[in-house]
Amino acid sequence: MTDSKYFTTTKKGEIFELKAELNSDKKEKKKEAVKKVIASMTVGKDVSALFPDVVNCMQTDNLELKKLVYLYLMNYAKSQPDMAIMAVNTFVKDCEDPNPLIRALAVRTMGCIRVDKITEYLCEPLRKCLKDEDPYVRKTAAVCVAKLHDINAQLVEDQGFLDTLKDLISDSNPMVVANAVAALSEIAESHPSSNLLDLNPQSINKLLTALNECTEWGQIFILDCLANYMPKDDREAQSICERVTPRLSHANSAVVLSAVKVLMKFMEMLSKDLDYYSTLLKKLAPPLVTLLSAEPELQYVALRNINLIVQKRPEILKHEMKVFFVKYNDPIYVKLEKLDIMIRLASQANIAQVLAELKEYATEVDVDFVRKAVRAIGRCAIKVEQSAERCVSTLLDLIQTKVNYVVQEAIVVIKDIFRKYPNKYESVIATLCENLDSLDEPEARAAMIWIVGEYAERIDNADELLESFLEGFHDESTQVQLQLLTAIVKLFLKKPTETQELVQQVLSLATQDSDNPDLRDRGYIYWRLLSTDPVAAKEVVLAEKPLISEETDLIEPTLLDELICYIGTLASVYHKPPSAFVEGSRGVVHKSLPPRTGSSESAESPETAPTGAPPSEQPAVIPAQGDLLGDLLNLDLGPPVSGPPLTTAPVQMGAVDLLGGGLDSLMGGANFAAPPAGTMPANLGAPLGGGLGDLFDLAGGVGTLSGSYVAPKAVWLPAMKAKGLEISGTFSRQVGSISMDLLLTNKALQVMSDFAIQFNRNSFGLAPAAPLQVHAPLSPNQTVEISLPLNTVGSVMKMDPLNNLQVAVKNNIDVFYFSTLYPLHILFVEDGKMERQMFLATWKDIPNENEAQFQIKDCPLNAEAVSSKLQGSNIFTIAKRNVEGQDMLYQSLKLTNGIWVLAELRVQPGNPTFTLSLKCRAPEVSQHVYQAYETILKN
Amino acid sequence: MIHSLFLINCSGDIFLEKHWKSVVSQSVCDYFFEAQEKAADVENVPPVISTPHHYLISIYRDKLFFVSVIQTEVPPLFVIEFLHRVADTFQDYFGECSEAAIKDNVVIVYELLEEMLDNGFPLATESNILKELIKPPTILRSVVNSITGSSNVGDTLPTGQLSNIPWRRAGVKYTNNEAYFDVIEEIDAIIDKSGSTVFAEIQGVIDACIKLSGMPDLSLSFMNPRLLDDVSFHPCIRFKRWESERVLSFIPPDGNFRLISYRVSSQNLVAIPVYVKHNISFKENSSCGRFDITIGPKQNMGKTVEGITVTVHMPKVVLNMNLTPTQGSYTFDPVTKVLTWDIGKITPQKLPSLKGLVNLQSGAPKPEENPSLNIQFKIQQLAISGLKVNRLDMYGEKYKPFKGVKYITKAGKFQVRT
Repeated sequence: MTDSKYFTTTKKGEIFELKAELNSDKKEKKKEAVKKVIASMTVGKDVSALFPDVVNCMQTDNLELKKLVYLYLMNYAKSQPDMAIMAVNTFVKDCEDPNPLIRALAVRTMGCIRVDKITEYLCEPLRKCLKDEDPYVRKTAAVCVAKLHDINAQLVEDQGFLDTLKDLISDSNPMVVANAVAALSEIAESHPSSNLLDLNPQSINKLLTALNECTEWGQIFILDCLANYMPKDDREAQSICERVTPRLSHANSAVVLSAVKVLMKFMEMLSKDLDYYSTLLKKLAPPLVTLLSAEPELQYVALRNINLIVQKRPEILKHEMKVFFVKYNDPIYVKLEKLDIMIRLASQANIAQVLAELKEYATEVDVDFVRKAVRAIGRCAIKVEQSAERCVSTLLDLIQTKVNYVVQEAIVVIKDIFRKYPNKYESVIATLCENLDSLDEPEARAAMIWIVGEYAERIDNADELLESFLEGFHDESTQVQLQLLTAIVKLFLKKPTETQELVQQVLSLATQDSDNPDLRDRGYIYWRLLSTDPVAAKEVVLAEKPLISEETDLIEPTLLDELICYIGTLASVYHKPPSAFVEGSRGVVHKSLPPRTGSSESAESPETAPTGAPPSEQPAVIPAQGDLLGDLLNLDLGPPVSGPPLTTAPVQMGAVDLLGGGLDSLMGGANFAAPPAGTMPANLGAPLGGGLGDLFDLAGGVGTLSGSYVAPKAVWLPAMKAKGLEISGTFSRQVGSISMDLLLTNKALQVMSDFAIQFNRNSFGLAPAAPLQVHAPLSPNQTVEISLPLNTVGSVMKMDPLNNLQVAVKNNIDVFYFSTLYPLHILFVEDGKMERQMFLATWKDIPNENEAQFQIKDCPLNAEAVSSKLQGSNIFTIAKRNVEGQDMLYQSLKLTNGIWVLAELRVQPGNPTFTLSLKCRAPEVSQHVYQAYETILKN
Repeated sequence: MIHSLFLINCSGDIFLEKHWKSVVSQSVCDYFFEAQEKAADVENVPPVISTPHHYLISIYRDKLFFVSVIQTEVPPLFVIEFLHRVADTFQDYFGECSEAAIKDNVVIVYELLEEMLDNGFPLATESNILKELIKPPTILRSVVNSITGSSNVGDTLPTGQLSNIPWRRAGVKYTNNEAYFDVIEEIDAIIDKSGSTVFAEIQGVIDACIKLSGMPDLSLSFMNPRLLDDVSFHPCIRFKRWESERVLSFIPPDGNFRLISYRVSSQNLVAIPVYVKHNISFKENSSCGRFDITIGPKQNMGKTVEGITVTVHMPKVVLNMNLTPTQGSYTFDPVTKVLTWDIGKITPQKLPSLKGLVNLQSGAPKPEENPSLNIQFKIQQLAISGLKVNRLDMYGEKYKPFKGVKYITKAGKFQVRT
């Protein structure tokens, strides 16, 4: 007798038959019928037509039948709201039942019926159940509040259920506490701004007590809640850590990981010289390792988290390398994660073992895994310098296997090794060259071509090798084409005599026969370089390359810190903050690690410091180039990207020998024919945009008169660094609008077009208010002046120094980055005049430690002149006092982000040195305000 | 929290769905099927999949996929742990966790799922409590139920639910009071070509079967508790006592449960009980290869190594194998390319070996990779780490229980590279 009998359908009359059975007088028959209905429901069959008949069975003293009917109700009430009302009375009655199991069941089920009409009736029973004498009913009711909140948030607030729920945190029963915390956390997640889980030392204490006694699931909720608490000092942090540590020995891995999160977060506050700190570090390793012996799905999540932990605190697992060794029957997702962590833990001490393992993996069956293993060997070489030699010989061994994809991966990583250790391992080039023919993947081909080009002088037949690639030039991918072009130019510069034909061939292939703008542009650049100044060409093309950095795939420190706060959650699996992927996360609160309170920061010994930047350091990095570039490309650029009409209107310039001149000396007077030059852009050198520049000039002039002080333009981006584009500029503010006045000069020999600009996130959210409008392509030696309007609604990130602005400018040649400092006074707004009373109150209110004093020297102005001069830049004098012959000016100003700065300026007649006292709630701006004062007063 | 659960079999049929909040359409599983198709092997389906509106967190157990749907930020481990708990409960109730068993007991399954989770929050997951709420099916009970009309749902609140010892029910009575402990150790190891140990550790557990009346309070002590430095405890164990005295003190749940699990990783403690001599080679430009393995005892502490099985995933180009075992029997599955050699016991006088020829696909290049050997074995009456129970004491009850401790060592993931 099994339940499978419920699935045997009786063809067409099924529903009808069930209806008859449900209305049967016999209890047993009724129950069997309900079971059949439930069975159909579980497989997704629609049995909603039976609703009234099933609900009729609800009034029964048979608990099983009641439960079954409830199950059915939860599934179908929504589709039959009017019918569902029929059930309300029974629910209300059941909430008064002497049996707590029935009371709890009733309140639980009612909460699951997502019908407005029913929820109205739910309030009274729920209120009673929240205060029920039986804890089982209370804990069920706590969850019910969360359910109700999901259906009708307003109702829950109006009825005061949230307060009752908060009271339950102090309940005597740990299970009730855990469920109250779980319910509050869920409600808080949909209302990030609400202060539902307002934790204080007393409530923390209650949670910690409940933690020891509640079920494993309750422990997870409580630990996750604790992780959001910010202890007031390191002693409190330590005492919480001490009480959380036993959870590391729990059998439930989710409890363990949640405990790890709390500890990792609060550890941040502990001083590193504390004995307890190192004890804690030691205690963290075993549970993390234990997670790896669990089921593969658990291992995967654990490994993703361990990946974060080893980046933050590599010292925890540095001796546990072996547990990350891959077993051949691990699922692929576990293998790849383990490999990643092995590289992160690789150090001089264990590199031999790691390499032996990696070599073993490189002979496995799974292609993806093998590839990653080969790459890993290369990463080891780059990470651990002492191992580089061994890595290279391992890679050579692998190349000898002649397994196609192994060879290709090996060549890609060897290229990186050359970039890291130039002039060290070039002896292997010969071996690499032997495998040239077997390379069929673009990345490997490109890498090989790069190697040949870079070391052309050591490879006797470099020209032949490169020539062999040239035959199928147009079938290659862009990556390979670009690399081939550069490599041949390098070759030519190194061995000019034998390779002129080759270079001409590649230049003409790149510029004339290609549809790819990048390739064409690069071709032109080389062409012009070679034709005008071969010495410069040599400097540019054969310039010494910067060494590649040690580890390229580390998570950015601020993101890492945020992710540490999300250990154990989905965010930790995706390595992205929840705001980046959780749907409907309204204004998710960014979590951050607590600041360290001890004074030990300076005493940090180097070997315990994490490889990433210490957490207190301000992030001042430009995001990965790719990101910025991505942003730039996403910009809706004014002019569509289209090159100058290259082939339609050729201008005859054949007379100019593009590659002549200085090149002769280089080639020893060899006969060198100029390549056909019929494809130079038509509008080369056309005097365009000049008048426009004048216009801007005029506007600029007017602005200077009425607005605040504008510094003269300074060179921000020298032409050398930007392939011929020189940018100089300044900032100005006039009648409430900020602008960046730019002077773009084309010092290259090629027309520039398609300009666009983008700012990195900065302290005050400065961002371009309009796209960069350069109306015509910029011809060589032409200059254009542009005023770019700015606003302050961009995204904000604190920079160091505060007024640092990182800018990316793109044109048809490339993307260039520079950073500049903007004077703070462009951010002083026009309504920065404070009421006198207000000023007095605010001045008193701001604590004295926020006051900063500065000297302004050599300023021969009197108080009147000072005051009017400052007013021009939106620094307003509110009051003036004469004390003992000194003029005291009280001034205020407001920044675009609403920060008020109050100033007291002491001017002594006859003394050119002023004393400036600044008070501000954000004292870090004071220094920059002072600089603004100085610039304004001295100009 | 957990929104819905779908149970899917290997051929991709959704045979059960359960929703704890609003109903999520089955079509959400399409994303799962997509990922499943991408993964070459069922075991390789990634456990966390994101879809435009939901996240799918799944486990693969006993040839079934348990796919849960979640909508908000939830700890994935919490979900995975819970899913495993669901599978454990099915196993516990129906004796096996299979599609047939679940379909046969679909109403109980539904009742269980409803009892285990409320609005996505776990409610009762302890088997002791669940069994009081919902009685497991037995042939006898279903006969009795159909005669008397009584139900298999308990109608009193489980006693353990809210006490400080939620894992134990009250009023337990046995005529024979017994407490058995199984110390089970598994050796996970990777042995390299030359026979040296690359990595080895012991995963140990102590499983208990306690049938004691009333509220017994047990303490279990070890001869060498120092071995245990990385331990996970059942919630019943008093952590403080362990910290201070290295004694396991606890009021046990009733029935079968895992008391502790532990890990011994320090290399010198991990003895490797068997060694393998192997010679697997494929000739260049020929369609055959040689295969020769011999197994012998190593550090077996004087006990017999038994139940030995060797499994080898042969390379794809292997067509067939023609081997002769000196002991036991072997099978080779030409579809999955898995060679299984069932050996049995090792007798040191005559070491078991398996020798013969390997037939390769003609014309195919010689395989690059050498297969790893996966070895299973058992040693009775030995905990390879040397862990020994010293004594078991019982307080709180008057009767004298019957006590027993059994040791067994097994191979876990024991791999030999060739």
